[in-house]
Amino acid sequence: MAAGAASGGSATTDTYKEVRTWLLLPAWVTLAILVLAPVFMMLIYSFLTKEFRGGVIWEFSLAAYDQFFFDRGLFGDDPAKIEWTYILIFWRSIWQAGAATILSLAIGFPTAYFIATRPEKSRALWVFLITIPYWVNLLIRTVSMKFLLRDQGPLNDFLINIGLIDSPIHIVNTNFAVQLGLFYSYLPFMVLPIYAAVERYNFSLSEAAADLYASKATTLRRILLPTVKPGVIAGCILVFVPSMGSFLAPDLLGGAKNFMIGSLIEEQFKGNAGNWPFGAAASMVLMTMVLILLMFYARQQARSEKAGG
Amino acid sequence: MATAKSAKFDIKSYTGFKAITMLCLFVLYAPLVVVTIYSFNSSVSLTNWEGVSFRWYVDVFTGPESGKFKAAALNSLIIAISAATMATAIATLAATGMVRGGKFKLRAVSFGLISLPLMVPEIVTAVATLIFFNAISFERGIMTILLAHTAFCIPFAYLPISARMQGIEDSYEQAAMDLYANKRQAFTKILMPLMMPGIISGFILAFIVSLDDFIITNFVKGAGVETLPTAIFGSVKQGIKPNIMAISTMLLGVSILMVTISYFVSKADNTK
Amino acid sequence: MSSKEQIAIDVRDAVKRYGDFTALKTISLSIKDNEFFTLLGPSGCGKTTLLRMIAGFEDVTEGAIFLYGDEIENLPPNKRPVNTVFQNYALFPHMTILDNVAFGLEMRGAGKSEARKKAGEMLELVQLTQFSTRKPSQLSGGQQQRVALARALAPQPKVLLLDEPLSALDLKLRKAMQLELKHLQRETGITFIFVTHDQEEALTMSDRIAVMSAGELQQLGAPTDIYERPHNMFVADFIGETNLLEVSVDNIENGRAICHLGGGHELTCNEVEGVGVGSKVHLSIRPERLFMSDTPAEGESLKGSVKENIFVGTDITTIVDLQDGPDFVVRTSNSDRGNKRIFEPGTEMFVNMELGAARLLVD
Repeated sequence: MAAGAASGGSATTDTYKEVRTWLLLPAWVTLAILVLAPVFMMLIYSFLTKEFRGGVIWEFSLAAYDQFFFDRGLFGDDPAKIEWTYILIFWRSIWQAGAATILSLAIGFPTAYFIATRPEKSRALWVFLITIPYWVNLLIRTVSMKFLLRDQGPLNDFLINIGLIDSPIHIVNTNFAVQLGLFYSYLPFMVLPIYAAVERYNFSLSEAAADLYASKATTLRRILLPTVKPGVIAGCILVFVPSMGSFLAPDLLGGAKNFMIGSLIEEQFKGNAGNWPFGAAASMVLMTMVLILLMFYARQQARSEKAGG
Repeated sequence: MATAKSAKFDIKSYTGFKAITMLCLFVLYAPLVVVTIYSFNSSVSLTNWEGVSFRWYVDVFTGPESGKFKAAALNSLIIAISAATMATAIATLAATGMVRGGKFKLRAVSFGLISLPLMVPEIVTAVATLIFFNAISFERGIMTILLAHTAFCIPFAYLPISARMQGIEDSYEQAAMDLYANKRQAFTKILMPLMMPGIISGFILAFIVSLDDFIITNFVKGAGVETLPTAIFGSVKQGIKPNIMAISTMLLGVSILMVTISYFVSKADNTK
Repeated sequence: MSSKEQIAIDVRDAVKRYGDFTALKTISLSIKDNEFFTLLGPSGCGKTTLLRMIAGFEDVTEGAIFLYGDEIENLPPNKRPVNTVFQNYALFPHMTILDNVAFGLEMRGAGKSEARKKAGEMLELVQLTQFSTRKPSQLSGGQQQRVALARALAPQPKVLLLDEPLSALDLKLRKAMQLELKHLQRETGITFIFVTHDQEEALTMSDRIAVMSAGELQQLGAPTDIYERPHNMFVADFIGETNLLEVSVDNIENGRAICHLGGGHELTCNEVEGVGVGSKVHLSIRPERLFMSDTPAEGESLKGSVKENIFVGTDITTIVDLQDGPDFVVRTSNSDRGNKRIFEPGTEMFVNMELGAARLLVD
């Protein structure tokens, strides 16, 4: 899937080329109206004036972006200073998503490797085991995680009962809880591309390395890792990108202190405190960052395909 | 399983990787297992275990919140079935055009468009869709959820269908046409049946994605219209209650059942 | 009966280009009614492309194709009364054997029961009646191949196209199927066009063979023509084993060319149009047309010594070193060892052949 995403699929044939346009038309129309047009509309809204009860007034304004980056005081007439609040929220999102990515990599790589080196017959089952939780409602998973980690939750109960700790560890409403939640949300995205890469890896390369006196650790570092690097990068991006814009994990597990972009955006469209142009502008900033990352990924993927076939 | 002794000679195995895999599975499944277990707790308190009971399952269907959940479940089901059906139909046609349509200039663009919902962060899609419906003054309700879900589900349906189609050699259609079938007959009599496992997988994935979606639904739903995830979220915001765990366990069962079906359908390869 | 044989397929100046690449360079050939015709060549020579153009899976860039006098190159495959046996059989995996065979009949408008009845008869013909309710995956390779054959023959096509249908079978089964196919062609009287890269298969089965290479027709003729009188280097080299020698033509008289092999050796062979005195050309001698003796035999004789004997089962291959000349490969059949001598390595002897065994080639 990862390689296909970059190259646009593999071999094709032309049995139905005469009706191709008609076959693709429903998808084009649906996605153009319901995805492309909305994104375009969002761009426009980010340059409009806010309406106080939600929505917009159709007047051009840079206020949303101005508010995002600059602080002009309570009445808007102080000299412009850099506004750190939102930049910090973005920074926290990047940091949290990065931490979740590293956590996913640390656990996901050995897991993917272990699965890929199982006998061929049982591999599909292992992959299935790893992916099942992904298909369980994200909300339910996040709630379950919160339930498990609560101060009075089963985990703390268990640790107190076996005498490892005296009083509950506070996990919920910490950065770590959010990272754990994000890890839990997107782990299959890390495991699957690495698994695919390791499965394609030719293990006689490892044998050759061992034959030439390389230790197992050296073989891993010098031979295996460079070969499966595209899979690792794919996994990292596939975890990092959705983590950045996630809403449920920070909202339910992080609490008010650990606000991320998702919550910031959501807040702008709910209730009366909302500011639609500002929410649209924040969304634009988020989308731009993600698309830049994906473009980097596509280029890297195309290059590794060219080099490695 | 390799013993410790043979592991020394097994070039593939690394010490600790198996343990990490087990830890990984533990982390993935522990919360789900714990919630499932506690959903059978007879206690009103979340913390204390007071014995097995089905009272919270009964509560879901008859308790004070049952009306809200029933309506939400019905909405979820209607939306998931309709959105998955439309997305699967659109994706099947699109996959045929992409995989059997030869080379064409807009191919890469079309693929980009189809996978766009996967690339744009979901919350951005949600914001954009809300703004779009607002801009064209489309009243928010069940219809807006359905439309948004259909578009969002297309790539989930498309990927297994096109993967399946790429695995079907074109010699089958050619043989059909060589035996006097026209292109429509070659499609309905040969290609469609061969693609069926992919189409079923695509439908199931689209169905689950729609059933589970919270973020987009939360943005585009009208006031008073709830789906199961939004209803659960609203309830959880006031604290986790035992009946939520019962609902969660049931939803969890549905998801696992659907994915299991999808797994076995995709394994049943009728081209071999 | 008209004295002139009817033409089943007439390919006229057909060209196939994919963008800048030319897969077929202006091919013209006529395939006769009731003929077992083979397109033979290495992979990439354009033989399958030509077959697919006749079937209707590839369009014709230039030129025309006629089927019993009707121009067909613009018709889609489902409008052409020709059927194909595919290389991988392409049996519909979701249908039973019977439904596979009935498919073409149904598409041509036969009712379901009628189509199945006829399909049943076809399965009888290929002796697979007991498998009619099975799925293709439950059959062996050889059985699948016969189903493919029955399916393609069921709608009674005017021409049957076979795209390397035996390549997936093991050697024994392939040999058996070669005979079975040949018999089936005789019985049904349908024109067969057979594509293969296996020259032995082509020689065994065909009435006529078209040898192709690099998108061009190299030679067209009966198997004996192609084997014994190859036109050019490619055909001589591709069909069977041969001694290819570079020679210069010393003299031409009475339709015979005297050629110089180097090292003072001379040979007499056929004259070829366009080859004049002094030209450097190639010469082909089949190893089995050579025999060895102590003294020069009647015909052409060359003095040499044995380098090596190689036992290859039915034959013994001897490599002969001509003094100051090229090496020769001589094949002696083990069946007539009594008449022909085998010499120990190092022995001086003569390599002999009848007049006409050596053939001059163009290019």
